[in-house]
Amino acid sequence: MKTLEELRKIRDKAKKEMQLRNSEYRIKVVVGMGTSGIAVGARDVMKAIFDEVTKRKLDHVLVAQTGEKGLSSMEPVIDIIEKDKSIVTYGHLTPENARKIIVEHVVNGRIVSDFVVATKTNLEV
Amino acid sequence: MADNQQFDNILYRKLGKVIEEKKGLKNPLIEILHSAQKIFGFLPEEVLNYISEKLDLPLSKLYGVITFYSKFSCQPHGKYLINICTGTSCYFGGSQQLIGRLEKELGIKLGETTANGLFTLSSLRCLGVCSQSPALVINNDTYGCVDSIEKIREIISRYKL
Amino acid sequence: MSDKISDILICFCPDCVSRGAGKIKELFQTSLIKHNLSNDVNIIETGCMGTCDLGPVLTIYPEGYVYIKIKPEDVEELVTEHFLNNRPVSRLMLPDTFGKSLIKKIDIPFHRKQMKVIMENCGVIDPGNIEEYFATGGYETLAKILLEKSPEELIETLKRSGLRDREGGGFPSWQKWQYVLEAQDDPKYIIVNAEEGDPGVFISRALLESDPHRILEGMITAAFAIGAVQGYIYCRNEYPLAIIRIKRAVEQAREYGMIGENIFNSGFSFDVEIRRGAGSFVAGEETAVISVIEGLRGEPISKPEFPATSGLWKKPTLIHNVETIANLTTIFSKGASWFSSLGTNSSKGTKIFALSGAIRNQGLIEVPFGITLRELVYDFGGGMKPGKNFLAVQLGGPSGGCFTSQHFDIKIDYEFLQEQGITLGSGGVIVLDDSSCLVDLARYFLEFTVTESCGKCLPCRVGLRKMLEILNRITNGEGELEDLNRLESLGSKIKALSLCNFG
Repeated sequence: MKTLEELRKIRDKAKKEMQLRNSEYRIKVVVGMGTSGIAVGARDVMKAIFDEVTKRKLDHVLVAQTGEKGLSSMEPVIDIIEKDKSIVTYGHLTPENARKIIVEHVVNGRIVSDFVVATKTNLEV
Repeated sequence: MADNQQFDNILYRKLGKVIEEKKGLKNPLIEILHSAQKIFGFLPEEVLNYISEKLDLPLSKLYGVITFYSKFSCQPHGKYLINICTGTSCYFGGSQQLIGRLEKELGIKLGETTANGLFTLSSLRCLGVCSQSPALVINNDTYGCVDSIEKIREIISRYKL
Repeated sequence: MSDKISDILICFCPDCVSRGAGKIKELFQTSLIKHNLSNDVNIIETGCMGTCDLGPVLTIYPEGYVYIKIKPEDVEELVTEHFLNNRPVSRLMLPDTFGKSLIKKIDIPFHRKQMKVIMENCGVIDPGNIEEYFATGGYETLAKILLEKSPEELIETLKRSGLRDREGGGFPSWQKWQYVLEAQDDPKYIIVNAEEGDPGVFISRALLESDPHRILEGMITAAFAIGAVQGYIYCRNEYPLAIIRIKRAVEQAREYGMIGENIFNSGFSFDVEIRRGAGSFVAGEETAVISVIEGLRGEPISKPEFPATSGLWKKPTLIHNVETIANLTTIFSKGASWFSSLGTNSSKGTKIFALSGAIRNQGLIEVPFGITLRELVYDFGGGMKPGKNFLAVQLGGPSGGCFTSQHFDIKIDYEFLQEQGITLGSGGVIVLDDSSCLVDLARYFLEFTVTESCGKCLPCRVGLRKMLEILNRITNGEGELEDLNRLESLGSKIKALSLCNFG
């Protein structure tokens, strides 16, 4: 890539992708996979989420990873991102309660308040 | 190479390849020692002789570097190296207790290897998971909040011969 | 960009619904529209909050207030009082005496009071995917700089921003750039140091793992400003994941032409190599890092051989730690005056602190300089863990110091720490409770420095050992009064006679 225009094109495309616009996915589950998360079981949480999403054939759900937000003592942490809705961050997760969140929040649309550690407004274009 | 060579030629070929790859870099000694330790598990004398020959560096200089860094070892260790973090947070977050529990559980002291060659117990300064003390790392897997004997047993049980 | 400031979480469990949660939600919607608040307040249906006999229940973020037994006629009052007049409606609030907190209220200030500048992408984007970094506007600042700016302009901007190195005593960053730019020798090098130099901090690790391209972009910018063609990232071997992520980032950046020949057709070429440490703490010292990259024992070199004039392979070398580098792109995109509006007189911008120890919330926080210990411990840390009493805060690692509650309200910046005779280290904040002993802490740090001392300087190698012997005597209850004088005298001599800050 050699020009600013090319860079901006990629930027706009990637931005839409991240905000689930023009995307086949409607919900994104993002798992914090920094060392702090992994050290207290983020890998097992990720596996459980994958498993639940596959088992229930949730084709509209994208499972992704990110680094760490700094909430080390609340790890493992996940974000649930939906178009036009607040981002909900869950913490202190185990594979079991991660499954519960997939069922309650992702499938039934109800926030599981026991594990919420933060909410944040989704960015809009 | 001498006839009474202790290690497999395949391993030497691997190391030789790494050295060829990295020789072009400026002063790649530490990177090469990392690779050698990964290939052989530790840094035995004959491997050091080999590196010293290939890089045209005096053996004394190699030893100078190796003894300076805690990561390099001239002694073989078990299949899994358990390193307990003794950084400030972990020290005050129970790393001494963790060491005691592990010593008891594995029946060895810090610095020793279990009879079956599975685990070596060691310590290092700070894994960078200070908010999850006490922490340990087994080879490249980091575990935080290892604050009970149950957790220790659960973690240890994941590693088998 | 919308800027919704509050969320109302309404419990929609069958029980609350049977008690009229649906009607409450409708009334909120109408009332928010009436008061022109519908763009500022989100309404979210949630699963059971576990207090079915108190329903309908709702929680309002960011404050985390829980309101119970809401009747239709309460809604208007909540909207006008809570949102318009900023007065919580205490008669509807969950009583404090209620045993179990519904939602972890303590966590809330941890997020809301932070100012995420250099950590803005951490825990948001996928660090393994350069396109997500592009999506945040990544590498645009670099492109503009390479095409439009001169090194002198960059150094001028950096000078006006007031950025100081995020380690040790906080050397002005622009001055280092100036020295290297002016040095009459080729080639020039840049090193990004991911050694924390402080056991209790993991800022470099988190930044490299979570937003590696920000570090690369900053590094390439700095390289351009000083005219370096080759850079090294020195990473602790104890951070395997950080090494994997930054290596991957370098590959991707090369693929997209952000590293390599003639970047953005600007005529500027630059390459990066990753070098690993091998488990040695003194290797955080700048000149020692140079020794490690040169493949030698990681010992510091005697000054005044500054790296800026005689660094890596005796060539002019710019060396910054990861956090310092992470500030650069923000400074050049948002401008020097924006940056210098944050912080205090002596210390501009934000600082990441690593909170750990006997507090509830632990982790990394980013705040402007000038934060107080009280805020660190109580607002962000959420106070002491249950049953623990505050003893002291250890700031700045082995070369730092301890503070008790009498220092609670002093604003932390480079100036204050300098007055106290200590360095910020790289931002470690360890909160100790009264089960720890301060002499034991001192003994721990001494033991640490004794084992990690590189052994080059005699006062540090032998003197520290003697100090440790005395302290061991004291912790064993065999101390004499004269020991205190001996410690003080040894301490000041070691400090004066050793090469680096370690002694």
